[in-house]
Amino acid sequence: MPADGGADRRLLAGWGRTPATAADVVTPRRAAEVGTAVAGADRRGLVARGLGRSYGDAAQNAGGTVVDMTGLVGLRAFDGDSGLATVAAGTSIDALLRALVPLGWFVPVTPGTRFVTVGGAVAADVHGKNHHHDGSIARHVTQLRLDTPLGARTVAPDRDADVFWATAGGMGLTGVVTEVTLRLLAIRTSLVRVDTERADDLDDLMARMVAGDARYRYSVAWIDCVTRGRSLGRAVLTRGDHAEPDDLPAKRRRPGRGDLLGYDPHVRLAAPGWMPSGLVRPLTARLLNEAWFRKSPRSRHGELHSIPSFFHPLDGVRDWNRMYGVRGFVQYQFVVPPAAGEVVRTALERLTAARCPSVLAVVKRFGDATPGHLSFPRPGWTLALDLPVGPPALPGLLDELDELVVAAGGRVYLAKDSRLRPELVAAMYPRLDEWREICARLDPDGVVQSDLSRRLGLRPDARPERPRRRRDGSARGASVRPVGPARA
Amino acid sequence: MRDGLGTVSSVLVLGGGSDIGLAIARRLAAPRRGRVVLAGRDPHRLHEPAEALRAAGAGTVETALFDADDTDTHPGAIDALFAGGDLDVAVLAAGVLGDQEAAERDPRVAVDVLHTNFTGCASAALCVARRLRAQGHGTLVVLSSVAGERVRRSNFVYGASKAGLDGFALALGDSLVGSGARVVVVRPGFVTTKMTAGRAAVPFSSTAEEVAAAVDAAIRRGREVVWVPAVLRPVMVVLRHLPRALFRRLPL
Repeated sequence: MPADGGADRRLLAGWGRTPATAADVVTPRRAAEVGTAVAGADRRGLVARGLGRSYGDAAQNAGGTVVDMTGLVGLRAFDGDSGLATVAAGTSIDALLRALVPLGWFVPVTPGTRFVTVGGAVAADVHGKNHHHDGSIARHVTQLRLDTPLGARTVAPDRDADVFWATAGGMGLTGVVTEVTLRLLAIRTSLVRVDTERADDLDDLMARMVAGDARYRYSVAWIDCVTRGRSLGRAVLTRGDHAEPDDLPAKRRRPGRGDLLGYDPHVRLAAPGWMPSGLVRPLTARLLNEAWFRKSPRSRHGELHSIPSFFHPLDGVRDWNRMYGVRGFVQYQFVVPPAAGEVVRTALERLTAARCPSVLAVVKRFGDATPGHLSFPRPGWTLALDLPVGPPALPGLLDELDELVVAAGGRVYLAKDSRLRPELVAAMYPRLDEWREICARLDPDGVVQSDLSRRLGLRPDARPERPRRRRDGSARGASVRPVGPARA
Repeated sequence: MRDGLGTVSSVLVLGGGSDIGLAIARRLAAPRRGRVVLAGRDPHRLHEPAEALRAAGAGTVETALFDADDTDTHPGAIDALFAGGDLDVAVLAAGVLGDQEAAERDPRVAVDVLHTNFTGCASAALCVARRLRAQGHGTLVVLSSVAGERVRRSNFVYGASKAGLDGFALALGDSLVGSGARVVVVRPGFVTTKMTAGRAAVPFSSTAEEVAAAVDAAIRRGREVVWVPAVLRPVMVVLRHLPRALFRRLPL
């Protein structure tokens, strides 16, 4: 572990474990040390990193500085009447749930893992199974503290709103979020009442979701993305809501017979570090998909699930990302407007036809978007797929799917991306230029950078093809001459 | 920045006129309209291959001066090449075949071959490695040769130069572990290019495009040594262990 304020060069990768890059990691213990790191960053810049659950390269900064925020934790203030909680940005949702569920409060939005920091969740404007009902997490943030190269400031939806919304979903590129105030959700039990049903194909699934999602706070479908033909897109749809005390069996409601708000998450298994690549192949993916589908009930109502088993099933296996072996995997998640559900079908058809197996495919309906410039969710259908790196057809296939997504007016999720073509970002995120202007105002020298921003050219001042100018205005590397038309 | 699927967006070729170097640049940069920098002794002669790369789909192509023999200029020249932005892949393709018979008659000819292929390339590799370490990512592709795996009578000057470079590059790769940068050592057999024009092709020969495809796969898979074609690896395991009395009688 590095000493406070000291930096050590470390290889960092995303949750997908695709190739790592090296950066100098600093681990602040106090908010003031974040400001010191931001002020001291060199020309390779700096970006914040939480628990490293972004699948791609959002929390890496090759050759520069990475601020490890996990040293900045704790509940700073909590109002038990309004449910407003102010937390240090490095606090994990796991820690928040452990502290708050027994008091009758739940986080307003949780992604599929509780091992994310609150700062990271805001930077990615994460969504959960309740997006159709509650929107993404930024909807529930009342204010945040942001450290920029020009100083720290407090922003809120009604205070420097443009900076607030550039930060919510801004992938950490407006500065370092150090503190977040969230509006929590009151719950009366720590259980979830769940209805499960199977859908025979994609049309059936979508029809069920459109018809019934409004009755549930939480809704998500696991989809079999291996089976082809008529049953393409068969799925297991699980929906639910926080259980009321009346939903529990009588004996559990009696005083002294168990705590209605008990919360005891634990990790059951750990994937070893030596898992070889190539375990997830068309055959194994087919077997796993078949087994999962068959083990799910055709229809079951009112089943009680614990918070970890409903919201964070994969957290039960520590380092489950190792199952994809040393070459890692990419996650591909896109959203398309409500009328463009056919893109989900086309994506599934092309992936199965190209024998690119996925064992984990999830479909969900999104509700209203937040005003975040780079916020991912927008109304429509989202499909998320884990795809092991390896099939030679995969890069070209995903490039084709990007085209379909753009043509339909959709976008891919930057927090999960590791392979998008830079030229498509502006088409997917039409407010990119507006966001860039806000960034340039907050950070005129382009200090805040990441591998993601360099790879996609999100911050033009960090774009690799643009030489950085010396103070006298001359470009270095003057012997390098462009050939042909001037570069864009 | 090499992406999650191993696709790269910028390529530097040192020895920019090399057929193999150009084939690698085309293979890596063309599909995603990437950036290519061709650096060679005579930048004017690089304009034609630069245009060809643009036509093949490369996004931007730049040319620059780089003389592998002039080692005093290497640190400055390579810093200048990297000043235009990160380079995901640097291909060290500078090299000469030399005339074995002339070299045996005149040691100065041998010294020239050794200087370009070993001393010049070693110097350039060190300069590139320093920059890759600083940027925290990137791959140095070093064009070695099967001729360096077991040096043989018929071209021992060239073979020895590649044997030296091969060992140098492997250990340089070891020195970069943990830095985010890597070295890939490529050992092709006989490749039909303008360097080998006029020589009769031998078994297990390949084309520059085949070498490029193998390098692309190695970068994606994280391999550190590439044989082209792949069968040369077991072939060379056998040849390397043959008794010398037998090896020197082989018509190689």
